[in-house]
Amino acid sequence: MLTRRIIPCFDVDNGRVVKGVSFVNLRDAGDPVELASQYEEDGADELVFLDITASSDDRTSTFELIQRTAEQIFIPLTVGGGVRSPEDVRRMLESGADKVSLNTAAVENPDLIEQSANGFGSQCTVVAIDAKSTGDNQWKIFTHGGRTRTDIDVIEWAIEVTERGAGELLVTSMDSDGHKEGYDIPLLRAIRDKVRVPIIASGGAGGPEHFFFFFTSGGADAVLAASIFHFGEHSIKSVKDYLSAHGITIRPVN
Amino acid sequence: MRDVVIVDYGAGNLLSVERAVKVAGGKPIITSDPKVVASATGLIVPGVGAAADTMRNLRERGLDRVISAFIESDRPFLGVCMGMQALFDISREGGKHECLGVLGGEIVRFPEEAVVPHMGWNIVNQVSEHPIMAGIETGFHFYFVHSYFAAPTESACVIAEASYAGVNFPAVVGIGNLMATQFHPEKSGPAGLRLYQNFIDLLS
Repeated sequence: MLTRRIIPCFDVDNGRVVKGVSFVNLRDAGDPVELASQYEEDGADELVFLDITASSDDRTSTFELIQRTAEQIFIPLTVGGGVRSPEDVRRMLESGADKVSLNTAAVENPDLIEQSANGFGSQCTVVAIDAKSTGDNQWKIFTHGGRTRTDIDVIEWAIEVTERGAGELLVTSMDSDGHKEGYDIPLLRAIRDKVRVPIIASGGAGGPEHFFFFFTSGGADAVLAASIFHFGEHSIKSVKDYLSAHGITIRPVN
Repeated sequence: MRDVVIVDYGAGNLLSVERAVKVAGGKPIITSDPKVVASATGLIVPGVGAAADTMRNLRERGLDRVISAFIESDRPFLGVCMGMQALFDISREGGKHECLGVLGGEIVRFPEEAVVPHMGWNIVNQVSEHPIMAGIETGFHFYFVHSYFAAPTESACVIAEASYAGVNFPAVVGIGNLMATQFHPEKSGPAGLRLYQNFIDLLS
């Protein structure tokens, strides 16, 4: 049986992890490569790097980082942030990323989704969706890291990107992101009902019980989580133990 | 160090396969040269993407025949993901595409209502003995990404199975020195590395 995935996510700026971390055993908690190895050992099913480097001229550090990380880990690595062209996708994949996540650039230029899917395959083309509720079970797409509101309906967009070849969706509920109060389950459910590609739920995982609800009520295939693991409140193992005890199929931590 | 030739036919990055071979004790040689492929001791055909592209890329480079001939010679061969699907007669992915035809059967899609790709870690259950599975216990998880699977004419080639969307499908196939996995062992942690090591152990 296919297991539900737990995916730690790092925000990376100029080759360093910038969200606060408190791993006690790490020599350098800011080094993404060391963190990636630690998470792999702890039972992470995949890893996501979100590159928030401000200047797109300075992506060299990102490509080097992907390469150094890919040399260390034997689980899938997704990289997102600042991917604007098929050339960016190619460079990410050649550096060792297994999947590339498209966000703002896909909204501004939806052809990029086809270009990535046709050129490199749907399996490596992830579309990230930042959604905010406008009431009455309606959500709008936000871009530029959540700073810019669009008039695009989230459900319609999810259907469109899937038709264009996205192989997976990474859905962030901006109403719950960072609040650790649990996810916008109706949002997840509404997308799950309309598209037949895997969905990674992101935002609002504050405790093991949230993961449980994303997987059950929300129908998520995977959950992306940052701060819950980085701050050492919970380990991947403790979350997986909880899920397993509550009947969710997970890959056991060795 | 035992040489392992990895076929590069322009489909995605081969870094992770190369690295896995290295860690498992082999010396990876990445090539698209049919002569290098023909003279290999051990051969790996990896691959992601669509069947039609894969077969076109192999034919354009004159690799399809040398790969078939290599397998015919009974030297150790490992196909991964698309490199496994290409071994069968026909793929139904986006039409009807003739593949290498080394194994009898078709590549077919998961049911319409299934969430595809089948993406993530799934349990692999061994159904027959083969050295490629040495030290890999039934019930270990491996990483899959695919929307189509192999339906072999003869079930005798099936070494291990996985289950998704109500379908039991071959996760590992093999006959003698011909071996292939639907999952990505290079993305499957220690169990995947063990599989590469088992392959390299077969190279004399």
